[in-house]
Amino acid sequence: MSAQREHAIVTEDLSLWYGDFQALDGVSTRIRDGVITGLIGPSGCGKTTFLRCLNRVNERYGNVRTEGMIDILGKNIYDDDVSLIELRKSVGMVFQRPNPLPISVYENVVFGLRIHKRRSELSKSVLDQAVEEALGEVRLWADLKDRLHDKETDLQLEQQQKLCIARLLPLKPDVILMDEPCSALDVEATTAVEELMRSLAGQYTIVIVTHNMAQARRISDDCIFMLLGNIVEQDRTEDLFLNPKNEKTADYIEGRYG
Amino acid sequence: MNDSQRFTKTTFTQKKESREKWVKVLLFMVTLMMALAVILLVSFLVHKALPVLSLNFFPDIPRDLMSAGGIWPAILGTIYLVVLSLMVAAPVGVMAGIYLNEYAKDNWLTRLINLAVINLAGVPSIVHALFGLGAFVMFAGLGESVIAASLTLAVMTMPVVITSTREALSAVPMSFREASWNLGVSRWQTIRGVVLPNSISGILTGVILEVSRAAGETAPIMITGAAASITFRQGETVYYLLGEKFMALSYHLYYTSMGWKVPDKLPNPETGEMVPMTQAALEYAQAIPYGTAVVLLGVVLLFNSVSIAFRYYLRTHRKW
Repeated sequence: MSAQREHAIVTEDLSLWYGDFQALDGVSTRIRDGVITGLIGPSGCGKTTFLRCLNRVNERYGNVRTEGMIDILGKNIYDDDVSLIELRKSVGMVFQRPNPLPISVYENVVFGLRIHKRRSELSKSVLDQAVEEALGEVRLWADLKDRLHDKETDLQLEQQQKLCIARLLPLKPDVILMDEPCSALDVEATTAVEELMRSLAGQYTIVIVTHNMAQARRISDDCIFMLLGNIVEQDRTEDLFLNPKNEKTADYIEGRYG
Repeated sequence: MNDSQRFTKTTFTQKKESREKWVKVLLFMVTLMMALAVILLVSFLVHKALPVLSLNFFPDIPRDLMSAGGIWPAILGTIYLVVLSLMVAAPVGVMAGIYLNEYAKDNWLTRLINLAVINLAGVPSIVHALFGLGAFVMFAGLGESVIAASLTLAVMTMPVVITSTREALSAVPMSFREASWNLGVSRWQTIRGVVLPNSISGILTGVILEVSRAAGETAPIMITGAAASITFRQGETVYYLLGEKFMALSYHLYYTSMGWKVPDKLPNPETGEMVPMTQAALEYAQAIPYGTAVVLLGVVLLFNSVSIAFRYYLRTHRKW
């Protein structure tokens, strides 16, 4: 199905206010299906806010008002019949600081399944298989297969972040949102997580917020440059970095402001 | 799957969402019931206290064997208790809390002290009363007096102050201290300049709780110096010396509602002849415990709001 679809996420005139402060000002964009889209821009430009709109998790915090339309995989997520539970099941999020739950590796991976499937569907073999698949997909299986029942706190940060990605996978998400997923990691761990993202591209639509220009260039297929709550430029990553059409984009990616 | 049905509720999700709603309603109802209970309690007390509630009730002394007049000596006694016990418990408790949280190393002695503090906080107040009787009234020779009762209350409330101080201090992020230390700022200067300003509202919360307890406790003061009734002359300025017995709201409330019966006859002030009480006088006498309760609530509320206002001031100005 995703093969025929060109755009996974379409927003139209999306505006958002925190109280009186307008964080997003009429954002309209199309994000291609099955590729990695990077969101870049200086701090406070609305990247993270935009990301958080895509699974409507912004609404959990009080005093937030949204206007406009967000269409994910052909469905307006502000429609009345949309269930936030179902939406967040298929639009997962990875955070800046790895935030595995304080339970074992195994339980972290099956946490979502245990919530979203009936108990009768969850035999031990189903769970075991889900863990092996998810950890395999994030390349943790080899390292952790003998430590599945260790507490997450015994893991290195890189492993924790991969675990946070792995726990989304058993729910078969369509979209994975990542909010600066590598900023707490060192160079090697960053490389490992970036490789992982590349390997996930194609199966999932990934939107990643990053402050690291080099990273955006390395991993994203498309790139969106935001400034003051609006999109300034959006293009294939190569084109955006080599031939920015907007002067502000050029200034930003050359590091004249940040 | 049809796109228009994407993200819509399955029967399984439906169940979870309706449970979500019910839980929210349930929690709200329980909260509401609790608030209602408080409102009911206060309005019941105020209603019962109506016959005595007038501006004369507060500054007047009890008269006619406590069946008439006001409760000023009891109000004053409670203020003495709160202020005196606070003067001891707050500084000692806060200083001990600072030592335990900021300076003490994690060794057996510290753990022993911690254990003692926690257990002290759990000791029933009547046991503190007995301790106060032995230590302050008898051993220290203070006799049954305001000072003995205040010190007993101070000992009782100190563990609470220590515990809440420690909690407030440990809520200050370690990075604040590190930032300060790495500028060559000494430990005490760091505490004074960084840690305390950021924890003062938590510390004051502990002190506020202490005030309410000190004002309300009856057991510790009953046997360390509170008097059921002290006769004052009309027009005399009411005050207590530190070594004197005293009246207090909590004990007055206890005594007028439990140990004491409204007299049915009173001596006529001129003839000395015993005459039956009028209906109005009887109603007044019966309302005195309720009036006392309302005043006690009011005094606690007053102390609390002063602390809260102070806390608010510190939080908004944060420069001291």
